Amino acid sequence: MTAPLLEIDRLSIAFTTRRGDIPAVADFSLSVATGEAVGLVGESGCGKSTVALGVMRDLGRTGRITGGTIRFRGRDLGTLSEPELRRIRGNDIAMVYQEPMASLNPALRIGRQLMEVPRLHRGASRAEARDLAREMVADVGLPDPDRILNAYPHQLSGGQQQRIVIAMALMSRPALLILDEPTTALDVTVEAAIVDLVKGLGRKYGTALLFISHNLGLVLEACDRICVMYSGEAVEQGPVRHVFDRMRHPYTQALFRSIPLPGADKTTRPLETIPGSFLMPQDRPRGCNFGPRCTHFKAGLCDAAAIAMRPVPGADDHQARCLRFEEIDWQSRPPAPEATAPGEVGAPVLTVSGLRKYYEVSSGGLFGRRRRKLVRANETLSFEARQSETLAIVGESGCGKSTLAKVLLGLETATAGQVLLDDREVQETPIQKRGPRAVADLQMVFQNPFDTLNPSKRVGGQILRALEVFGVGATRRARRERMFELLDLVRLPRDFADRMPRQLSGGQKQRVGIARAFAGGARIVVADEPVSALDVSVQAAVADLLMDIQRTRRTTLIFISHDLSIVRYLADRVMVMYLGHVVEIGSTAQVFAPPYHPYTEALLSAVPIPDTRVEKTRIVLEGDVPSAIDPPPGCPFQTRCHWKDRVPNGLCARELPPMVELGSGHRILCHLSAEALGEMEPVFRLAAE
Amino acid sequence: MEPLSWTGALGPWLVPTLEAALIALALAALAHPLALLAGYRMGPGPEASRSGPGRAARLTGGLLRLSLWALAAVIVAFLIGGLLVQPDAKGILGRIATRLWPVWLSLGASFALVALFRRRLGLVGHLLGNPAGAVGLALVMFWVFAALFADQIAPFDPVTDVIAGMKNKPPGTPLPPPGDAAYGYYLLGGDALARDVFSRAVAGARVVLAIAPAATVFAFMVGITLGLPAGYLGGRLDILLSFLANLVLAFPVILLFFLLVTPEIVAMGVPTYMAGALFLFPLIFLTILWNSRFRTRPPLRAALIGATLGLGGWLYAGLAWNADPLGIVSMPAGVLIVFVSVVFVNAPSVFRIVRGLTLDIRTRDYVAAAQTRGEGPWYIMLWEILPNARGPLLVDFCLRIGYTTILLGTLGFFGLGLAPESPDWGTSINAGRGLLQFVPFPPLVPAVAIMSLVLGLNLLADGLREESLKE
Amino acid sequence: MAGFIIRRLGVMALTALSMTFIVFLLTNLQPNLEKLAKTQAGARITDAEVASWIDRNGYGAPMLTRYGEWLGVLPAPLTTDADGRAIGGRCLRGHPGLAAEEVPRFCGVLQGDWGYSTKFRRPVTEVIAERLQRTGLLMAWAFATMVPLALIVGVLAGMREGSALDRGLSTLSIATTSTPEYVSGVIFVAIFASSMVGLKWFTGSAKSAVEGATFQNFTLPVATVALYGMGYIARMTRASMAEVMTAQYIRTARLKGLSFRAVVLRHALRNALIAPFTVIMLQFPWLLTGVVIVESLFVYPGFGDALVQGAQNNDIDLLLAVSVVAVIVVLATQLLSDIGYAALNPRIRVA
Repeated sequence: MTAPLLEIDRLSIAFTTRRGDIPAVADFSLSVATGEAVGLVGESGCGKSTVALGVMRDLGRTGRITGGTIRFRGRDLGTLSEPELRRIRGNDIAMVYQEPMASLNPALRIGRQLMEVPRLHRGASRAEARDLAREMVADVGLPDPDRILNAYPHQLSGGQQQRIVIAMALMSRPALLILDEPTTALDVTVEAAIVDLVKGLGRKYGTALLFISHNLGLVLEACDRICVMYSGEAVEQGPVRHVFDRMRHPYTQALFRSIPLPGADKTTRPLETIPGSFLMPQDRPRGCNFGPRCTHFKAGLCDAAAIAMRPVPGADDHQARCLRFEEIDWQSRPPAPEATAPGEVGAPVLTVSGLRKYYEVSSGGLFGRRRRKLVRANETLSFEARQSETLAIVGESGCGKSTLAKVLLGLETATAGQVLLDDREVQETPIQKRGPRAVADLQMVFQNPFDTLNPSKRVGGQILRALEVFGVGATRRARRERMFELLDLVRLPRDFADRMPRQLSGGQKQRVGIARAFAGGARIVVADEPVSALDVSVQAAVADLLMDIQRTRRTTLIFISHDLSIVRYLADRVMVMYLGHVVEIGSTAQVFAPPYHPYTEALLSAVPIPDTRVEKTRIVLEGDVPSAIDPPPGCPFQTRCHWKDRVPNGLCARELPPMVELGSGHRILCHLSAEALGEMEPVFRLAAE
Repeated sequence: MEPLSWTGALGPWLVPTLEAALIALALAALAHPLALLAGYRMGPGPEASRSGPGRAARLTGGLLRLSLWALAAVIVAFLIGGLLVQPDAKGILGRIATRLWPVWLSLGASFALVALFRRRLGLVGHLLGNPAGAVGLALVMFWVFAALFADQIAPFDPVTDVIAGMKNKPPGTPLPPPGDAAYGYYLLGGDALARDVFSRAVAGARVVLAIAPAATVFAFMVGITLGLPAGYLGGRLDILLSFLANLVLAFPVILLFFLLVTPEIVAMGVPTYMAGALFLFPLIFLTILWNSRFRTRPPLRAALIGATLGLGGWLYAGLAWNADPLGIVSMPAGVLIVFVSVVFVNAPSVFRIVRGLTLDIRTRDYVAAAQTRGEGPWYIMLWEILPNARGPLLVDFCLRIGYTTILLGTLGFFGLGLAPESPDWGTSINAGRGLLQFVPFPPLVPAVAIMSLVLGLNLLADGLREESLKE
Repeated sequence: MAGFIIRRLGVMALTALSMTFIVFLLTNLQPNLEKLAKTQAGARITDAEVASWIDRNGYGAPMLTRYGEWLGVLPAPLTTDADGRAIGGRCLRGHPGLAAEEVPRFCGVLQGDWGYSTKFRRPVTEVIAERLQRTGLLMAWAFATMVPLALIVGVLAGMREGSALDRGLSTLSIATTSTPEYVSGVIFVAIFASSMVGLKWFTGSAKSAVEGATFQNFTLPVATVALYGMGYIARMTRASMAEVMTAQYIRTARLKGLSFRAVVLRHALRNALIAPFTVIMLQFPWLLTGVVIVESLFVYPGFGDALVQGAQNNDIDLLLAVSVVAVIVVLATQLLSDIGYAALNPRIRVA
């Protein structure tokens, strides 16, 4: 093996705060060879981004390297002077991060921002730089490079912006490209395209990649080697497939077992949650950082002294920071908790037919002619939700799923169509006229845990207010008792009632949000991406909690999500939305197996699955989701559909397809003939082991 | 009797020290930025600040800090020395320091209290750790206590004590014989009407600190009551209110004052009508506040609203219409017009700030959560949105008291509103500015007073902003 | 762009009409008119004489009618005596002895007739023009010192938030925003022009600046006007700069390998100056206050002094004209600020 391109050796980084130094990264070693792609995974706060910034030596005023070395092509980056460092930044090492819009200077044209790189590092002339930029823009797969070069960042879509950021990073053909969660802010189908692009370009230019992500599936797709981090340390690293198949650190395993892989099932094989919660760096224990949460913890051994990485036999370069990995039986699973029988699905409680919601927006900004434009957020939606059932609504941003939730809850009134709650029509009744019973029946759990609770009121007070409004309990004392019961229900200690929201973690806040939603004994709960902002290990716990409550209370759960893995895990029925239309609806099994709607097929193929046994067909969608202000004629999906040529006479571009019944409640919105649909193959298969 | 010198017996010791400290400070203040800039040019980037500035900059920085400390020490020495030396060895400064003893006592006590309970006090406790905030708090508290104890501090009556022969006299002038007055000197000299400048400055604090915070509170009530619905409900209401607010804001303040604060306007009764409208807002605000929060608990709601309307109505009748049936509450016409116009000028700015904050906060999920439980709009505005806007509003409140103080000074400076003999600072500056080049002290003292109070408020606001961002 | 400006002009016209009407209303109240009658026709006239003076001179009509006449959209009636000679009426003010047939029917602002100043005994237009020129000079100097200094201070402070340089400059800015003109003016005069300290570097009066502004007589007024606004702009610039410096795209630029200087100059400055630009433009209503204070403190007969004279002497036409000019200047700067904001900010320009 040749000398590694980047060699991080026993790196420690600390941040200075009011309360003293906080060690963010400790004893971290990693090497990246030329042309290699290394994935760095871990949950938020584990220090993975800090490592990246440490490599760039851009730790801000408060951060500093407290130990270890970072060598790039044999030179210690820690000892370089500022000008020397500048020659490496952007030239030999480049970086891409999460928010593409924020990464581009809003006041400068794209071209100028791209050209800056070769002009700085190669002393290229204006014309040369422009040629290079044009070439690079074409390379990242953007049409009409000259138009793009003259555009400002806000004129591009999120996916295009991220391509530009990648192009900018690759302008000087760096030897190492650091990608910090490059696709987290993007939709799944766009994400798939970006990952493909990065992989391809990395190969084309021989660029080594350091790919930072919380998404194990993406790392499997994009990387050769993986390094798993927990609480500032690398806990396991090695070749991707080796680590995925034969993990030798309890944290890695716990991580894998907490994400819904194909085969997980909410009743027979529920997700396992990691007990305890993430410790703040200053509270780290002696010995193994994961010790307090580890099921294999052995007092006297694991908490005796600092633990070093130890090689795992079987593959070179596979290491784990665990003293007991030889002794642990890696196949055994803890006994599944006694399975509550799935609730009997009852009669429909919510029936939506022909629902339409249009908004008027005035567009044109400050200078354009102010024109009233119609946003067609929802187009003739029809579906029903039954008692004790989980109906998942799936779709990418802008598909109208959040608008639907607002209409159901009465925050907006419908433009047309009918919403039946039990037998009452509520489509035109705003929430204030619904009466406390109907309001308490239909509640909502929100997406953003940092936003869902009022930051200036105590947790208990917020639940009490809901009880008051819903008219639960005759006295204050009774309501207080009820509030404690709700905290029990969501498995939070009762003394949390006196805490302020800022003292709670994201998952705990989300639990309070759930308690609040169930305060009035809700019969239908709309959960809008309730777990997507949480870390994977917490996601499982919150999702399972929702499921449990649903089972015992026979609640109807309408689960809005863009994450197909979790949807497959917990939904009974799935409804796929695109541009305000329902394009497919059916039971989970029906939707996740062919025949698919072409959009569902693409969605499924875009979902990264962290399982080496899964073989996927890649279908990469071109372009972006059209705007709901100006939807395409005919089928909403026709602009991106690659089955379109199987429909004769360009029917797709002219007529909205009918909702075709494929049997037992499985319906799709498509012109494809039964024959064509029959030819569809499953997007992914489990390879025989 | 001899006129007093500034420093008395301490002078020979402290004045040279003071001069040395000042010279060192000036040198360091000039050299330090230059040294810093030179250092940056050599090694810019975040590392430069971490590895520390160059040696020259470190030297000048140290000198800067040292001279600042020395200066502070000399000033403290003046105060403490002035308090401690023999009465006849005291200079002007020593005597002023002695007159101000209630202020020092209360200031020390309140700071000790805050320091003792700083953990439980939250934001205010954190302020002590913030240099700007602590200095600001000290300056503001100084004037608050000076206003409270004005009667004890001021040796003479600010309006009626006119002593023959003391017209336009310099600081430290002894009273002419027979000298049967309570105090022997005009510490900061006499003004054009032979009144004591020091006493007037202290009494002025009382006038200013009675009007400025109260007017700011009213402006906030008006701005909040209108800004919340404009931001939350939007629509035509927002368009109308925003247009009106912009209309008022587009008037140069000075023009509004010259148009509003005239005897003719007062004769027409305009200020009374304006007060009648503006003073209603606190009542409306509180009533809605209680109603929305306790609609689920009718008895409590009835009690609170009853108390608000009863007590508020009484104050309202007295303050706005001068029609208190008990004859206790009233406001002089001059003060009323000043008060009303200051509220009128400030309210639209508060409106804009509240509206902007509301537009931001109403997109949060907890607002949507309140909507999905069927809460009324006023509950959401007052109990979900407003508490979360309190940080920026508190900062603006401090800044705005300062601005209101400046506005009051402006009114006084043009002789608008308050009576010409009023001891407030603006009026005193107005009275003294004619002879400014020859008798500088009568206007200079209130000018410095305004500056220090507003500086204190601005520093306090800055400290609050910084500390609330850290949370 | 044109559509936007036309719409803005429409709103502006509406605002201007509302504002001038309010000013008209407040300056033409009954007590004002009675006072005017007494100053013009003698202090000892009876109430009946006051009423007839008011009627004869065209002040008796309803408020809206008079406002229309002042605007020049309604004809102003002429009072004639038995012989048909003009003896009073709006259009006769300032032109006594004009024959009835020579008196124009319309004589409002739209016709360019701004009225007649009772204090200066000259047409208002002349007074205003002369004084605007003087104040323009003061403002120009104040702006020329204030804006560049404030921007430099703000950018230097904001480019490294929390540094010693930032702390020092920020405290300085806070100190200047705490010093209104009437305070800084008094302190400046006491230090630099009075016998107290003895540094008689400048003159404490700017009266002689009418003949020709010199370093000696103009420095203190300019410094006084500039100081108060300077801190405010500097703090805005600092806040904006500090915010921009934490933006992701600044990190992008830094990690491209650009030097700190290039990051600040090429990437940060332009974005950071958008917010202060609007602030600078919106300073005009504030600056007017400063100008009025400074002009009366330093005895400089400019526009602000005209406002004070008009108000104190019940000079209705002058006060009205001053107000209208002030309002129009304010509205025009608001428009400019909007256009400039859009021009600086590509996100709005192209949308």
